[in-house]
Amino acid sequence: MCDTCGCNVTRGNQHLVTGDGKLARTEDGRAAITVLQGLLTENDHQAVHNRQHFDNREILAINLMSSPGAGKTALLEATIEALGDEFSIAVIEGDLETENDAQRIRDKGVPALQISTGSACHLDAHMVHDALHELDLDGIDIVFIENVGNLVCPASFDLGQHRNITLLSVTEGDDKPAKYPVIFRAADLVLLTKADLLEVLDDFDPEKAEQYVRQLASEAPVLQLAARRNVDIDSWLDWLRDEVAEQRKRVKNKLTLRPAIQPEGLILHADHKHDHHHPHSHTHTRHKPHSHS
Amino acid sequence: MHELSICQSLIDQVEGLARDNQAVAVKTIWLQVGPLSGAEIPLLEHAYPLAAVGTVAEDAKLLIESIPVRVRCKTCGEESEASANRLLCGVCNDYHTELISGDEMVLSKLEFDTQTH
Repeated sequence: MCDTCGCNVTRGNQHLVTGDGKLARTEDGRAAITVLQGLLTENDHQAVHNRQHFDNREILAINLMSSPGAGKTALLEATIEALGDEFSIAVIEGDLETENDAQRIRDKGVPALQISTGSACHLDAHMVHDALHELDLDGIDIVFIENVGNLVCPASFDLGQHRNITLLSVTEGDDKPAKYPVIFRAADLVLLTKADLLEVLDDFDPEKAEQYVRQLASEAPVLQLAARRNVDIDSWLDWLRDEVAEQRKRVKNKLTLRPAIQPEGLILHADHKHDHHHPHSHTHTRHKPHSHS
Repeated sequence: MHELSICQSLIDQVEGLARDNQAVAVKTIWLQVGPLSGAEIPLLEHAYPLAAVGTVAEDAKLLIESIPVRVRCKTCGEESEASANRLLCGVCNDYHTELISGDEMVLSKLEFDTQTH
């Protein structure tokens, strides 16, 4: 389990585990144990497992996060149009209600599965796992997971993706990275969307937005584009091509990758044998489709 | 928001640990939460009773320790305190820093009774 791999032991709490052992008695005779387990341990186990699904099939998995209406679906539509011949793409859509976004993606000829979260404000690894079982992943190169539009909650849940992208539309304000540091800090790439509107907006400074990202100690590239008008999307497409190539290299070398921010413990996670139980049994033999009960 | 999901996950863990240790009632739960975990301490405190009702941890006290944001500078090597949206080195102001603490969301300790009184 994770509590023994040390990934939750940080400089802030290591004094707790260097004491007199794990189980101790308090003064009034009660038992006490030092645990140091991440609160999302179950989710994180499922996420590691999802990542194995992707890696076994040499798939690059990307999680898209932004506020509602920042242009996640529009970005996917433009990407499918530009790269549909080059890569085989599948999409998992997360929304509270409706099949609208999945339908937009299907209209582009790409398989899409809608997760309707009801009242849940984020996707978690279990929802994505269920969705993966309903998608035919044979021959797929890239799975995009379009998270619920929300700049807060999605950042806390690992889904099993390799990369996080946080979108910021230029109509939202350039100080969003300072206001929502957790989600922008999690980004491997920040996309400033609807950039064609910059000429009519006088209150969004892309340089300032980038400065706020840097203040989060992030070296993530910050790119501008306008997906609906196909303006400046080449840098984004090149980033994506590089990432697909990197993922293929990693799989060949039996490596995997969690998105930005990797505390030392996560490297252990990538190849860690967890003794958690799965609700179904299957093997992780590479390139072989596995059957699920 | 997602704090209820987090508390439900916490209760799952606590119930498992209670079973493993033959606990009949969990008395105190200690958490460590940093500002960069994405979870808000007051919201966790509000969500906790909803998730705990009817469980072995129903009457447990939830004590949450807030962990400060600290960074180590990759340029000058110094450690300093920082704020959640300004992770710059406090000494040389460089942004090439790594987080030492502040993103924790950890169940640190449990206190429980192992027999009914």
